[in-house]
Amino acid sequence: MNLWKNFSQGIIRENPVLRLMIGLCPVLAVSNNATNALGMSIAVAFVLICSNCVVALIRKVTPGEIRIPIFIIIISTFVTMCDYVMHAYAPELYQALGVFVPLIVVNCIILGRAEAFAYKNPILNAFLDGAGMSLGFLLALVSIGVVREVLGAGSVFGVPLFEERIAATIMILPPGAFITIGCIMALLNRMEKKVL
Amino acid sequence: MKLFGIFFAAFLINNILLIRFIALCSFFGVSTKIGTSIGMSFAVIFVMTISSAISWVVYHFILAPFHLEFLRTAVFILTIASLVQLEELYLKKMIPALYRAMGIYLPLITTNCAILAVAFLAIDYKYNFLESMIYSIGVSSGFSLAIILFAYIRERMALAPIPRWFQGYPIAFITAALMSLAFLGFSGMFGL
Repeated sequence: MNLWKNFSQGIIRENPVLRLMIGLCPVLAVSNNATNALGMSIAVAFVLICSNCVVALIRKVTPGEIRIPIFIIIISTFVTMCDYVMHAYAPELYQALGVFVPLIVVNCIILGRAEAFAYKNPILNAFLDGAGMSLGFLLALVSIGVVREVLGAGSVFGVPLFEERIAATIMILPPGAFITIGCIMALLNRMEKKVL
Repeated sequence: MKLFGIFFAAFLINNILLIRFIALCSFFGVSTKIGTSIGMSFAVIFVMTISSAISWVVYHFILAPFHLEFLRTAVFILTIASLVQLEELYLKKMIPALYRAMGIYLPLITTNCAILAVAFLAIDYKYNFLESMIYSIGVSSGFSLAIILFAYIRERMALAPIPRWFQGYPIAFITAALMSLAFLGFSGMFGL
């Protein structure tokens, strides 16, 4: 039961993007189409789950005073791996994500979960927490990506739905990201008020 | 002219907050009051200029000659984190007035992605030392401009009648969208 709670709390109730308001930069920047959004969330999920597991594994031998630099080194190791694998096997995606791949290292979600959860819990709980948080991140990012791509380019995952000339280009430009996430948050607020 | 172009592009056209979406956590986090956003802006200008100088030197004189480019993520973040600590100690001892003005914002900047992003971008764009300095000054001025304007709007917005669901963060995002739309108007100026 406790394990299930570790997994599920990241999905909606403590959704990192829409509830805790952390890790916003990649969410807004790469969500201009659904494919980029999916690629970015897979990269973040890989780094988050691996670093959570390693931090939980070595938590007994990590001295408290220097834990943050140690976390950062662990995280940057996985980010570099992700960077090079993506560069080799998915060059187009790598080009589209640009500087946001190395910037995963300062993504507040990853360091935040290492510090707040993985450092205090055994490896299985840390793995589930990482998986839940990643799923929450993926849901938020892909839903924003789908909304922006449909409204802005008239397609989903590159499959055209209607003619491109009647699409509102503003939605795939920077302001569209702010509008979309603002409206999704307002919608979540409304849903929550109804439930209560 | 090229230097002016680099500065202007970093300052307005590719504004780091509103167009490039880097460092948004601090954009929404510290922009509720004008005073805090001004303190944050000065701390960012100060740290970004120094740290991009140091990371340029580290990359071109240590990492590149030994073909250690793959270490840049780890090396840059550690360099910046230790640099911020050093700057904090130095300011506390030598210029206490400035230290008090920047206060808590200095340590917060370690995790500000704008600092790290500028270090990466200056290398990706293959800037020389002078160009990367101008670039980082332009980026940090653009950061200050956007965050201070946004803080003024948010202070006024606290008194405005806003629909209940949109109160708090949602309306802040809509405001940012309108500001971003205004900044989009600069694209294409001077043929940049």
